[in-house]
Amino acid sequence: MLVRKIVGHLASIAALVLLGGLLSATLVRLAPGFDTDERELDPSLSAESLRAIRAERASQHNILRFYATYLRGAAHGDLGTSQALGQPVGNLLRERWPVTLRIAGVGLLLGWLLASTLAFTACLWQRPPGEVLGTALSGAFLCIPAAVLALASVIFNSPGYLAIALIVFPKIYRYSRNLLAKAYAMPHITAARARGLGELRILARHALPVAGPQMIALAGVTISIALGAAIPVESLCGLPGIGQLAWQAALSRDLPLLVNLTVLVTLVTLLANSGADVMNYVLRPPEA
Amino acid sequence: MKAARYLACVVVLIVCGLSLAANWLAPAGYAKQFREVPDSPPSRAHLLGTDELGRDRFARTLYGTRISLLLAPAAALVSTALAALIGGIAGYLGGMWLKMARAFTDLFLSLPWLFLLITVRALLPLNVSPLVSVLITFLVLGLLGWAASARVLSTSADALRSSDFVLQARASGLDGPRLFLVHVLPNLKPILYAQFWISIPVFILSEANLGVLGLGVAEPLPSWGSLLRELEGLISFREEPWRLVPLLLLIVVMTSFQLLLSNEEVTA
Amino acid sequence: MTGHPLSFRKRGRLSFRAKRGISFILALSCLLTLAAVAQNSSQLRFCLRTEPKTFDPLLVDDESSLAIRYLTGGVLTRVDRHTQELTPELAESWKVTPDGKQINFKLRHDVHFSDGTAFSADDVAFTMKRLMDPTLHSPVGDEFRAAGNAVITKVIAPDQVSITFPGPIVGIDRIFDELVIVSAHSLKKEAAVLGPFMVAEYKAGSSVLLERNPNYWKKDSQGRRLPYLDSIHLDIQSNRDVEMLRFKRGELDLINVIDTDYFDRLASSSPQLVHDAGPSLDSDFLWFNQVAAASIPEYKRAWFRSANFRRAVSEALNREDIARIVYNGHAQPAVGPVSPANRFWFNSTLKPEPHNPQASLDRLKADGFHMQNGTLVDKSGNPVEFSIVTNAGSKPRERMGVLIQEDLGKIGMKVNLVTLDFPSLIERISQKFNYEAALLGFHNVSLDPTDQMNIWMSSAENHAWNPQQKSPETAWEAEIDKLMRAQAETSDAKKRKQSFDRVQEIVYEQAPFIYLVNLNALSAVSTSVAGANPGILFPQTFWNAERLTLTGTATAKR
Repeated sequence: MLVRKIVGHLASIAALVLLGGLLSATLVRLAPGFDTDERELDPSLSAESLRAIRAERASQHNILRFYATYLRGAAHGDLGTSQALGQPVGNLLRERWPVTLRIAGVGLLLGWLLASTLAFTACLWQRPPGEVLGTALSGAFLCIPAAVLALASVIFNSPGYLAIALIVFPKIYRYSRNLLAKAYAMPHITAARARGLGELRILARHALPVAGPQMIALAGVTISIALGAAIPVESLCGLPGIGQLAWQAALSRDLPLLVNLTVLVTLVTLLANSGADVMNYVLRPPEA
Repeated sequence: MKAARYLACVVVLIVCGLSLAANWLAPAGYAKQFREVPDSPPSRAHLLGTDELGRDRFARTLYGTRISLLLAPAAALVSTALAALIGGIAGYLGGMWLKMARAFTDLFLSLPWLFLLITVRALLPLNVSPLVSVLITFLVLGLLGWAASARVLSTSADALRSSDFVLQARASGLDGPRLFLVHVLPNLKPILYAQFWISIPVFILSEANLGVLGLGVAEPLPSWGSLLRELEGLISFREEPWRLVPLLLLIVVMTSFQLLLSNEEVTA
Repeated sequence: MTGHPLSFRKRGRLSFRAKRGISFILALSCLLTLAAVAQNSSQLRFCLRTEPKTFDPLLVDDESSLAIRYLTGGVLTRVDRHTQELTPELAESWKVTPDGKQINFKLRHDVHFSDGTAFSADDVAFTMKRLMDPTLHSPVGDEFRAAGNAVITKVIAPDQVSITFPGPIVGIDRIFDELVIVSAHSLKKEAAVLGPFMVAEYKAGSSVLLERNPNYWKKDSQGRRLPYLDSIHLDIQSNRDVEMLRFKRGELDLINVIDTDYFDRLASSSPQLVHDAGPSLDSDFLWFNQVAAASIPEYKRAWFRSANFRRAVSEALNREDIARIVYNGHAQPAVGPVSPANRFWFNSTLKPEPHNPQASLDRLKADGFHMQNGTLVDKSGNPVEFSIVTNAGSKPRERMGVLIQEDLGKIGMKVNLVTLDFPSLIERISQKFNYEAALLGFHNVSLDPTDQMNIWMSSAENHAWNPQQKSPETAWEAEIDKLMRAQAETSDAKKRKQSFDRVQEIVYEQAPFIYLVNLNALSAVSTSVAGANPGILFPQTFWNAERLTLTGTATAKR
């Protein structure tokens, strides 16, 4: 049963990834400025050279044809060539993926650590200061623009993952605190308290099983949130990762690069969220 | 906790009151350029100093509060409602619907929506009034901001579907929309509230970033977001601490709101 | 796709694989350069603001690539960035025939490419052949093609070469400042260079490392081989706040073009670090869309096509305030297409348009405009409202827009300011023409008016207010066309100056571009850099990179 579920998941993931690539290509193609190049404003270029520049994009006008060509190449391991950077997309992704994996990964872990510590404190402590502290701290970091956090990380020479941690933590905190509080409000926990059970025991035995599935789902979603946070952080800190690459690609309407990046991000998102689903399926209470 | 709530209530009231009284408190208005004193520190004439064009920062903060404090929650409401609809209902229906909703949500989370925003700007006329532009911006933000929480909601609703009390309710003849509204939705409250509160500051900040695409609040109209953008170039906060006031204001207001309502969030 | 495969091949050869160890450190912190620099005392470090688009010297078209080309390429003649005079480089001497069609170079002896191959007239011929290849679409080549494609290069002797153009080319000797000689024989192709530095490592999105070219031909007066520096580390960093921060920390040695805010901040704390070289060639300006087929209401097109309307707008603007508030005084009210910094070509009889709202209103009345409840309306009763588009992300331009909005508000015009991302903006102003007014700036790199042909000729693509006209739509545009052609057809400097002076007068009277300010060339150079003499021409701070040194105290500081 589990194996069948996983296989089913994988098949739908593949289909969705392909669809994601096509949709992103369409979005980029339809957005204004697709057909332009900064060089159009260069007065030293002759009319003929300008025409040549415009003709460069002609192969991408028909989005379906472009996508078919792209898929054919991808099947042979050729992901195309970035227009803005003039390099094979495969190389770019290979060089940059580890950077993002590291800062988004470590940042996400730190964010979860911080958020869950605060959330557990607020719930275990059962006193207002815990609640106020968590709310104020998460509120503060939620309100600070990501660019300011990234800049601060440059100012204080702190690593990029710290900025990502601080960007994702308030969101994780808000969700997990609410989920835990909801679990704590359930009658059987009040009953357990009345029986004199220890707080940690209540958390482990009663609260977490209730909030757990949603927290696992949340974990899946936060991966895409962390990837999103990587864009400003990498761009400002000068970290050559996927986020920085995505920003450059968007500004120059670099279609081959953008399509590959979307495919990659879709793949990660789907794997993360489906992973969470599968995990919930495995961990489900046996009687359900 | 009670004292904290009381304080929070006072803060919210003061901020709302001040922003409503902007016309009297800052009669010069948000657009007037005091060109002789750009970038000046706080003084009697300009309580929070002036911005780089000599506009009174106090006035801009007050007027900006109106726009951001009204529209961001409205957009947050839209995104929360969408999350509840897509995540909640799909989870509640289960089966095929759940699968489709999840696939849709995952795809939605991964697409480069930046390009949609660029397209939206292109479809608007250039001479669109600042108010219309900001309304549309917040609407679009609301329409795009639901996906992450919908994903979590679908898991919650899925679990609820097979929970004892929903089965009981179903057995007692309750079904369809009523069952969803009465028994499922209230149990999704923790996530919906989280989504709502996170969305407000996120939308306020996003609105400012969309200024880059020609969306959002157009000059000379101020918003909290555009005031916060001033911070981005600030290397040394120590030299000009008054520039941090809009940020502090946003943090204080958001924290106050959350404290005020933190109880209602979980009790059905 | 003609340009890209070439630049891509080139890059494939040049780029070194990112070393795993270093990229690991990089991922951990933003301190990449500190780590890399520690071992090397004579390394100059500064930022490129964008990714260099190509390393092929013949395809260069963006500023970052231009900087790398300047530092690595060898040219026959060089415009001295300080004196604006032409100086011999790889060519010892040269002669232009009286008809202005032919130039004969006598080349320097004993010059070698960085890979050791000898430099000779063959390389010049090879470079010319590659440059004129129509499929290359070289931006530099376009300047050489000004008189037609049939350019003949003849190798007369190993140290002599003659180049003949189909027609006279003005400033024929000056255009060679842009032509980097590539090797005909070296197996390393474009990687073999004649300039003071060579590209040693390129990490996309992160940095470019230039190393000293051991075979560089130039020696100083003591006979020491130049350059003095061992290497130059160029960080690719678009954020100016981060750049400033790292400069303050001593992680960067110079900021080639620094924002006025940061300039003033530095000036107040450490004035020895900043340099204001006076007005540069760069200008900011505003223009109205006059395209006949543009999708704007007919009555608005009538305003925009009226010289009175444009002049009135020009008079209503307070340029002094723009210079003072937006650029903190580091800019001068602009007159026209030529900055006063361009000593020879500037028409000094013209003065910046004074701020005069009353004169502006009077002028508008002549066109039938009048005030109605504080709003300006045209003769058919349409209220004057229009939008100005500008590029997002440039704080000075956004601020300028708001000042303009207020200034024009005072004469009853309602202005909506719209910031757009660059591709959207380009599409509007150069392809779809669905805009009303635009606020932009030009980075001028060249002094000669011939390089502005594509702006002023009514048939040109960059004739921004109304490009690609079949025949000039107005009498004044026809006159500009005639004058521009006249100045391009003679090499008599005096006659050329007369023609271009008149062009400047017409532009002033007709205001197709409403020039606002000329920016000063602002830079910051660390005290550890000796020999720096920042100027107004690109590359402002490192035009004499081959003679820059880093002093010992600074090394200790690191």
